[in-house]
Amino acid sequence: MASRPQPRPARPVYLDLLSIRQPLPAIVSILHRVSGAILFLAGIPLALAALDASLRSPESYAAFATMASHPFAKLTALVLLWSYLHHLFAGVRHLLLDVHVGLSLPSARRSSAVVFVLALLATLAIAIRLW
Amino acid sequence: MVNIVAKHVVGAHYGLRDWLVQRVTAIVMIVWTLLFLGALLWNGGFDPASWKALWASRGFRLVTFVFVVAVLWHAWVGVRNIAMDYVKPLGLRLTLQSAVIVALVLYLGWTVQILWGGGA
Repeated sequence: MASRPQPRPARPVYLDLLSIRQPLPAIVSILHRVSGAILFLAGIPLALAALDASLRSPESYAAFATMASHPFAKLTALVLLWSYLHHLFAGVRHLLLDVHVGLSLPSARRSSAVVFVLALLATLAIAIRLW
Repeated sequence: MVNIVAKHVVGAHYGLRDWLVQRVTAIVMIVWTLLFLGALLWNGGFDPASWKALWASRGFRLVTFVFVVAVLWHAWVGVRNIAMDYVKPLGLRLTLQSAVIVALVLYLGWTVQILWGGGA
């Protein structure tokens, strides 16, 4: 039976998240959440809009192709592509951790670095292939 | 003697189900992503003719529908987790989550329109 916690002594709480140097697994983890939010807020509706325009008619395909070649559209696509890939690779890492692969601290650090770099490289590779 | 065990019932106990849903839908999405990549490489990419040919396939449209259902379900679990972490006022959280559900169902309807609306 746990005893009631004593009232805590007043002490300074220092939680300035921006000046605490986070370990890489923490960064990959928060980016998993950020990329998921991006995919929900922008990724799903924009992907559906793009698929819709690309399939509705030859005219809408052409209009979409023109719009997609705009630098701002490319930048948006790049961010969404990175979000998808980072979320995917970080998710695969989660699935591996679930089946107890790479649980030790050194290997967890290594795999988070792999996720981080792989997502950037894959984004770059696909972007180069597309444009 | 009556033995009463004080039990604090917390939540609706769908944590484990959500955890499992998140993993199963993730695997569905991984499989579709590989399939889509393969189809793009096999078909020749985004030029109008091969793009149209890819989506003319009934099988691919059906598999894509399963993928989208997985995406939307996965998104629901994720967005709900984020809402539970950051949105504390109950009324605001309920409103947000309701809006998210409406949006996700809307996206599902849109997907059906795109895939089987006759445009493809």
